[in-house]
Amino acid sequence: MSDAFAFDDVCRARAETIVGRYPEGRQQSAVIPLLDLAQRQAGGWLPTEAIEYVAGYLDMPKIRVLEVASFYSMFNLEPVGKNFVQLCRTTPCWLRGSDDLRAVAKDVTGCGLGETSPDGAFTVVEVECLGACCNAPMVQINDEYYEDLTAESFKAVLEALKRGETPEPGSQAGRTGSEPVEGLTTLTGEGA
Amino acid sequence: MPPEERRDGRPHYLVVNADESEPGTCKDREIMRYDPHVLVEGCLIAGFAMGANAAYIYVRGEFYAEASHMQQAIDEAYEAGLIGPNACRSGWDMDVYLHRGAGAYICGEETALLESLEGKKGQPRLKPPFPAACGLYGCPTTVNNVETIAVTPTILRRGSSWFAGFGRENNTGTKIFSISGHVNNPCNVEEEMSIPLKELIEKHAGGVRGGWDNLQAVIPGGSSTPCLSKSICDNILMDFDSLRDHSTGLGTAAVIVIDKSADMIEAIARLSHFYRHESCGQCTPCREGMGWVYRVMKRLVTGDAEIEEIDMLWEVTKQIEGHTICALADGGVWPVQGLIRHFRPEIEERILQRKKGSAPSQAAE
Repeated sequence: MSDAFAFDDVCRARAETIVGRYPEGRQQSAVIPLLDLAQRQAGGWLPTEAIEYVAGYLDMPKIRVLEVASFYSMFNLEPVGKNFVQLCRTTPCWLRGSDDLRAVAKDVTGCGLGETSPDGAFTVVEVECLGACCNAPMVQINDEYYEDLTAESFKAVLEALKRGETPEPGSQAGRTGSEPVEGLTTLTGEGA
Repeated sequence: MPPEERRDGRPHYLVVNADESEPGTCKDREIMRYDPHVLVEGCLIAGFAMGANAAYIYVRGEFYAEASHMQQAIDEAYEAGLIGPNACRSGWDMDVYLHRGAGAYICGEETALLESLEGKKGQPRLKPPFPAACGLYGCPTTVNNVETIAVTPTILRRGSSWFAGFGRENNTGTKIFSISGHVNNPCNVEEEMSIPLKELIEKHAGGVRGGWDNLQAVIPGGSSTPCLSKSICDNILMDFDSLRDHSTGLGTAAVIVIDKSADMIEAIARLSHFYRHESCGQCTPCREGMGWVYRVMKRLVTGDAEIEEIDMLWEVTKQIEGHTICALADGGVWPVQGLIRHFRPEIEERILQRKKGSAPSQAAE
């Protein structure tokens, strides 16, 4: 089975760099980063063959790698759409309107929670806090965070993705990071 | 302070906890995005002070851009000779490595983080032994937060008495506050410890949406800390002692502001959902308890409960608290206790309304 999946040259080079970060004999430490590489190469999810390949690569029992793959929420054990849309549902995002975003996602992609569009363009899921609470509500799509969303700006992001464009990630309200939107309240002087 | 002679030849490790996942908290993210070099510098200082030649920075997996920035800063520091062999020409060798997680709140608990860093599922270890004696790969390890490590260069540069000059006695220093929820300008801001909560919100976050009188409650230190009602928020100081006196805590200093438009019961029920999802399943009180608490909370949102169940819920949270290996379950039940402590009349009112047939019909899934 494990012949069906193997790292390509780019992934193999990255895997070697990653394994090199850990002491001799501790290569198991690389299992999460290597599963991440495998998931990227396999198109956003981890087929059994990829899990078995990583086990072989790190000389680990397969069940130990499956245990890791099934424990962490970022590993998908089933195929997902090209745009993996993760709506943050936890209180700080909910207070600022995350429920509205769920409705927008359904509207534009046709996907309810946990569903993938028939053309494979979108999968929509709800997730727990993604740690960008001062830029709530926010959504993660593949590797990117889209923040300070409104129903309108989120709709624009999804429609751009639908057209095959890459919308600019980050704050959709024009903020650089999580500074106050009306301007800095600290570190305003020259010497700061 | 020169590193002590090692007694048994085992290497020492510094591990930086950048698995920032406590709802409300997003301060370490800003350091890694926009000031990653200061964290690298902090790793060198902390590593030298504790006799470690290697540091691992464990970044939550979802922070892809932040991890990329961090790695770039590490690479630049190596190229400039600031870390690596003979770091800064100090004679000290210091390696700094980045390690990405893959989505698990529990890995913010230090021993779960070490398990994860060793390539296992992130389930907390029984303590003792503590990481200081037996941590990463069975070696002496110090695990510390991004903000702590990143502030050390500034403290050394300006002096400890300068840093300790901020805040009240036993509550000194500066702190990054993440202010989220129903404020006009949500933001991260570094401020003096012991700043009054009201001043913090009005000076930096543009005030509560609709004015201070529209405030319903504040969760003062991240989702695990019990909420406070408005009357307490009027005067409370943001520090360890002041918050502890009101049965809550400074936690991560993530201030979640909730105005009167929000359903307070659902706000806390959402947190119960979070802890149920994030329980690692190792300890029964947490694995079973978090699900039970969430199911009751869900019914309290719609009022589909009996008044007596409020006391039963309180009692069960007391049974869960303190009976697990790590503090996840404590953090999971404290918000519920805070809700009952300050909003019991609202919960009872909801139940009575439901019996009269006029309560909301849907709760969070």
